[in-house]
Amino acid sequence: MSRELNEQEKLERNKAVTRRILIAITVIFIFVMLVMPLVCVITSSLKEGIGFYLKAISTKYVLSALGVTLLATAIAVAVNTFFGLIAAWVLTKFSFKGKQVLATLIDIPFSISPVIVGLAFLMTFGRLGWTYPALRAINEFLGTNIRITFAIPGVVLATIFVTFPFVSREIIPILNAQGKDEEEAAALMGAGGFKIFRKITLPHIKWGLIYGIILCTARALGEFGAVNALSKTRGETFTLPLEIDALYMSGTDTSVTSAFAVSSILVLIAVIVLVAKNVAEYHSTNAAGK
Amino acid sequence: MQEANENQAIKSENKIQIKKHVKKSRVIPGFHLTLGITVVMLSLIVLIPLASVMVYSLKLSPHEMFELITKKNVMNAFITSISCSFLAALINCVFGLIIAWVLVKYDFPGKKLLDGFIELPFALPTAVAGITLSKLYSETGLLGKPLMALGIKVNYTKLGLIIALIFIGIPFVVRNVQPVLEKMDSQYEEAAYILGATPSRTFFKVILPELRPALLTGFGLAFARGIGEYGSVIYISGNSAKEHTQVISYVIMQKLSYIDYESATVIALAMLIISFLLLLFINIIQVKQAQRINIL
Repeated sequence: MSRELNEQEKLERNKAVTRRILIAITVIFIFVMLVMPLVCVITSSLKEGIGFYLKAISTKYVLSALGVTLLATAIAVAVNTFFGLIAAWVLTKFSFKGKQVLATLIDIPFSISPVIVGLAFLMTFGRLGWTYPALRAINEFLGTNIRITFAIPGVVLATIFVTFPFVSREIIPILNAQGKDEEEAAALMGAGGFKIFRKITLPHIKWGLIYGIILCTARALGEFGAVNALSKTRGETFTLPLEIDALYMSGTDTSVTSAFAVSSILVLIAVIVLVAKNVAEYHSTNAAGK
Repeated sequence: MQEANENQAIKSENKIQIKKHVKKSRVIPGFHLTLGITVVMLSLIVLIPLASVMVYSLKLSPHEMFELITKKNVMNAFITSISCSFLAALINCVFGLIIAWVLVKYDFPGKKLLDGFIELPFALPTAVAGITLSKLYSETGLLGKPLMALGIKVNYTKLGLIIALIFIGIPFVVRNVQPVLEKMDSQYEEAAYILGATPSRTFFKVILPELRPALLTGFGLAFARGIGEYGSVIYISGNSAKEHTQVISYVIMQKLSYIDYESATVIALAMLIISFLLLLFINIIQVKQAQRINIL
């Protein structure tokens, strides 16, 4: 009996020790791998003082890059929210042949290198691209100079591409869990499609939708690789990440500090995203709990 | 009482009607419109540009393709990208499992905060992550200095590359394992314990097999992301052809800036095939996992 008790005690003690070790590993890993980089950005950006910091984030180039970034992000979020809602509707409320294939195709942008995205748009709209003759004919006919690659439209298109599945992916699991009985009932009672969506579907997915939009915004603001291949003019078509790259690659001490100062804007947005994400998640689990 | 019975009768009648209706046509409106919009947008934004890459690369003969792709620096970049991503994803599986376990099974102050930090790599722009990690592990950096004193050089080595890929990949593993651990019934653990299994035996024989699909999915996603990663690795890796620290995305970018579109598209095609295979692998695991849950 006493031996058994001893063993029990030993086991409990072992459990407590494992618990402590595992918590320690987790805390150290998260601190070193995730918290320290965050702190490093802030300290590096303030290395030359607050005056330098303010000057660094208000140069002509940075302001122009901020404008391009905000424009591309706004369009990408609008397009992808529209697409996400419609794609989620068709993938969850109906069953049809090829549904699984369609779902997989929508997720493609997740697993593709951003550099390839840039290349794909170069191959489509660039000088060697197959739409180039058509584009030139249109420009000649209208007397315009519309360009897609190495111009703002290319930046916007690349941003839409990399964030394409973000909204649909957050909504689809919620709608799948909810089923389609309520919508069917409403439809049988004579409600129109848009009314059903607004009155029944939207309240269910509200927080998932908000979370998807937040993720989409964060990714759109920070896209680098795809835009890098499509945008070459600093001060005109550069986004904030490209401006950070240009400053960092200049290599002087002050320009590196400037790069971190500009980065701190994006870090601030990233932190806001994380907080907003937790709030949205909290509300959505509460809603699910009800 | 009678009323209730009548109600029930009406309800069941309705149900039968609904079932008939479903068979004939779709009840919920908007199928053709939404399907049309989905397919058109998907084609315009994703499929047509990707198809352009394939069409362009297929202009080359297989022999030319083979020659472009087996050039020494291209092969080296492929090996570097794949091996470093694989290692980083493997390391992430170990730490991701520990972190998910701690966040689900234990309670301690500050847990919520730690949990919130996990998704930082998703929210932080890759270029920012790249220059920050490079600074942190540089010879004068906060972590680079002590490591240098120990004789470990991180910046401009494969080690730096792997650290950046661990940073990028950790949320994939944690966020895939966490929900499975939360849902896992503790009665299997208890049963194993009552039958006399040691904790470690319980973990490896009972818990780990249950987690395997989620771990594999996390591994696959982190691995796929790592192979194509650009922004977060190019600063810390140094991109030296001699030291084999060029990643494959960097090589594509280099070819693009030399306007060597042929090489760029062929390498991109190879990468597309790899990521397609990984996506297929992840989907198969997820389908299997869904089947298993349904059986249970």
